[in-house]
Amino acid sequence: MKRTTSTLAGSLLAFAASVSMAHADKLTLYCSAQEDWCQLMARSFEDATGIDVNMTRKSSGETFAQVRAESSNPKGDVWWGGTGDPHLQAAEEGLTAEYVSPMRDQLHDWAISQAESAGNRTIGIYSGALGYGYNSDLLSANNLPEPACWKDLLKPEYKGHVQMANPNSSGTAYTTLASMVQIFGEDEGFEFMKGLHANINQYTKSGSAPIKAAGRGENTIGIVFMHDAVKQAVSGFPVKVVAPCEGTGYEIGSMSIIEGARNMDEAKKFYDWALSADAQNLALQVNAFQVPSNKGAETSESAPDMSQIKLIDYDFKKYGSSDERKRLLQKWDEDVSTLPQ
Amino acid sequence: MPLVSKNTTPPVLILWIIAGWVGFGLLPWYGIEDGFWTFEWLLDGYPFDEDYAPAVFLIAQGEKLWLSPLLIPLALPLLALRYQKSDPVYARLLVLAGALGFAWMIVQGFSIGIRGYNFAWMNATFGPLDDRQFGMGYGALLCASAFLFLFTQGIAARGAVNGDVFVVSAIGGVIVIVTAFVFFPIAKMLFAAFVTDDGSYSILVFFDKFFDDRIWGLGCLAGARCGAAWNSLFLAILVGFITTLLGLAFALVVTRSGFRYKRLIRAMTVLPIITPPFVIGLALILLFGLSGTVTVFFAELFGLQPTRWLYGLPGVLIAQTLAFTPIAFLVLIGVVEGVSPSMEEAAQTLRANRWQTFRTVSLPLMRPGLANAFLLGFIESMADFGNPLVLGGNFDVLSTEIFFAIVGAQYDQGRAAVLAMVLLFFTLSAFYAQRAWLGKKSYTTVSGKGDAGVHPLMPKALALPVLAIALAWALFTAVVYVMIVYGSVVELWGVNNSLTLKHYVTAFSVRFEEEGIRWTGAAWDSFWTTITIAAIAAPLTAAVGLVTAYLLTRQSFVGKNAFEFGTMLSFAIPGTVIGVSYILAFNVPPIEITGTGIILVVSFIFRNMPVGVRAGIASMSQIDKSLDESSLTLGANSWQTFRKVILPLLRPAILAALVYSFVRAMTAISAVIFLVSAEYDMATSYIIGRVENNDYGLAIAYSTTLIFVMLAAVGFLQLLVGRVQIGRRKHIEMKEAS
Repeated sequence: MKRTTSTLAGSLLAFAASVSMAHADKLTLYCSAQEDWCQLMARSFEDATGIDVNMTRKSSGETFAQVRAESSNPKGDVWWGGTGDPHLQAAEEGLTAEYVSPMRDQLHDWAISQAESAGNRTIGIYSGALGYGYNSDLLSANNLPEPACWKDLLKPEYKGHVQMANPNSSGTAYTTLASMVQIFGEDEGFEFMKGLHANINQYTKSGSAPIKAAGRGENTIGIVFMHDAVKQAVSGFPVKVVAPCEGTGYEIGSMSIIEGARNMDEAKKFYDWALSADAQNLALQVNAFQVPSNKGAETSESAPDMSQIKLIDYDFKKYGSSDERKRLLQKWDEDVSTLPQ
Repeated sequence: MPLVSKNTTPPVLILWIIAGWVGFGLLPWYGIEDGFWTFEWLLDGYPFDEDYAPAVFLIAQGEKLWLSPLLIPLALPLLALRYQKSDPVYARLLVLAGALGFAWMIVQGFSIGIRGYNFAWMNATFGPLDDRQFGMGYGALLCASAFLFLFTQGIAARGAVNGDVFVVSAIGGVIVIVTAFVFFPIAKMLFAAFVTDDGSYSILVFFDKFFDDRIWGLGCLAGARCGAAWNSLFLAILVGFITTLLGLAFALVVTRSGFRYKRLIRAMTVLPIITPPFVIGLALILLFGLSGTVTVFFAELFGLQPTRWLYGLPGVLIAQTLAFTPIAFLVLIGVVEGVSPSMEEAAQTLRANRWQTFRTVSLPLMRPGLANAFLLGFIESMADFGNPLVLGGNFDVLSTEIFFAIVGAQYDQGRAAVLAMVLLFFTLSAFYAQRAWLGKKSYTTVSGKGDAGVHPLMPKALALPVLAIALAWALFTAVVYVMIVYGSVVELWGVNNSLTLKHYVTAFSVRFEEEGIRWTGAAWDSFWTTITIAAIAAPLTAAVGLVTAYLLTRQSFVGKNAFEFGTMLSFAIPGTVIGVSYILAFNVPPIEITGTGIILVVSFIFRNMPVGVRAGIASMSQIDKSLDESSLTLGANSWQTFRKVILPLLRPAILAALVYSFVRAMTAISAVIFLVSAEYDMATSYIIGRVENNDYGLAIAYSTTLIFVMLAAVGFLQLLVGRVQIGRRKHIEMKEAS
């Protein structure tokens, strides 16, 4: 923090030292998970280390934008949470710093491979599988059958009942697009997106909005990460969660240290702490149903059982790269979004 | 020191010379990392530590040598002390010193940044610089101000604006801050539209982004979707028309009908101004959404399938009409009242019936009001961010597209800049269209002559529909607001409608402990920040606005029109654009204030300043110029006249500006969302987070609380305004009587 302390300060030195001792260490945390989880992480880290935490919660897209805008003069230290793609993109652009945590050997393989694919500039902290959820009240009110597969969503009776986010603005929806391309192959994947387009009632801006709308009864089926759907169900909304039968993609929620962080030591402390089982267990207190990356951390009973879900071998490196992303989004823009509904 | 008779050296000059030297030699030159108001640096290595050292100490230690040329313009004014104020050398010295100093501050500030030279050609010419500098701090700020005011004193001494130092300095000050905080960031952002992927500039990039189907597509004519520009334009025109018509209906009901509860209508007009964004949208979903109360009721009644009709143009249109009709009313009521009854009486004397009088006399005289109301509705709709976000569905508008171009997965600053240009183009065109439509015709009906008489009632054929429309809309507004309060006290809206206060408890709980009160509620942090920022911004906004208004109404100087345009420009710039441009402009030296409370205060000042200016102009044109003339004749200078004569008479305008800027600072979202930081989170951005999280109960509870807090503030200030106004009337009556 203190870059230099002049030796000429002489008699003031002792006093100055005592002042800077009293002045607690601090950390600026950009958090892209849900608000209460962010709060809990920040406060628990303060309790555990005595380091003051300044936390801002913004979506991963917003945070990425901010980190990029601030790149010539970084204000944040650690970026915790949010889907992995923007973290990978930030790593690709050199906006985040390399760090190999001593906690690594406690982590699942997928978390480590996330780090390795980004040159150790990011690491997995939780993962969640893609799927969809539906409002069971609305489904029965409209006499609709219960969907179980991705292809079910193409049936004409669901017209106007399905919602997903716009892949241009949401990482969740981009993961959906990339997953379909990987499950069905590029051509058939885009045919799927076109068929889905006919049934979509709205492309929301934010990734979890479709299932929140479904919870409130403003929409029937929402394509989201399953833990988001579980959360709505646990909050008391009539939401049922579906793990599609064809298999599905997943995200790795990530954490990165910002390149040029002003409080680098504190950032590393947070990084190590956030990978510990104790810190990851905090998720249970705030109904976050993602799968933690620490092998020793507990998972909730309500959480989707990852061993029961058919997960595809999602290629994060390829589909997280800017070029592939741009290409798929442009193709989606031109071939899918312009079709009449 | 040579002998100088003390009477001839203006104390202001000495003050600014000292200020310049204090800024250069005593205060830390660069910004303190821990914040503007922390004074830890006094004990922490000052004055030798590189981070806290004043410029003189830096240079003495051989650091930041590019600051040393500033010593010349700092020394020059000392020479001026030898000369009489009337001596041309005195003026020349000051102008030279001020201009040199200020220019050098700007040049070095922009050329040398955090990573050495900012421009590639400088590296090529001078070789790479192995040093860097951070944003300006107290010292640099004071020094820059000193140069500016030395310069203006020099200009004044040359005889500009009758050699009035105060007026020239005020003009200079306003120009500099408006340039720094309005033009500079906007220009910086517009440049982003021409940046290619590899960081160079190209016009092709601009055209590539500009001619995009997502902006200009006309697919909606063929069943697909239209571009955001057309959507925005169409929506804004609709909102402008509807709010103007409804506002006119209300204004007519209040001035030209026998309706009894006029005061109630007036009271209702305050509501939307103090309503945080999103709230109206949320209440509409509660009423008309797919599972909304009204939708479900009618669907069951008629056996229809409920639809999502609300999401899209209809929903945004309804929400914006609810929000902006009162603004149209406030504009129109002044004009409708202002139409002199004597004109209408004259028409009636000439045997025009009520309908003819209304159509051929009253209505044409209301044209300026109608144009203004339309313009306000148009601009507010263009800039509105909260309602399209909640209710937009697939109906994309420019303001939300700008936001998602920046924060979305696409992260395309260039696209945001292009969209912002389109938006600016629309709002500025509307400004010009309005001026062209009003033309140079005279709409003055209130002259110095007696203005007795009463407005005639509306013709009956008009009165009934107008009253019906106005009442229906008023009732609708009331229902929406009742739903807002209701929404804040139900358990889980739409699912479990049992009443509870738990959202208020979560947000605003307090614990009484031995050490005192502990604010344990989740909302307190952002609440206090919001109140503090609003309370700091409000008086500053009023001050800047009123000084500008004084210059515009009372002084004449070269370039006054451009000056007026510049100060009003920020009104036509949507908040989203301001937010983005501030992030781009103020994250790097020389002005480095992102992540602080200062950037929020600054953005509020320049967002709301035009209202202060308008309020000031309106009241100042009511105060007879002979008052300040007599003050000047009696030997007061213009600063004394402004402070002792005009300012006391301006109290209503001051309070209006205070109320407006305080309230706007608490409800603004579009610019704020980009500028909040960990330490300075604002209420509205906290609420948006809750809305995103499906936590509508807490969001609405917080908003309801804000509404009541602002009601209290507005009520309190209005009491003050009322009292002062009476005082002023007495004052003027006394003046007339004597």
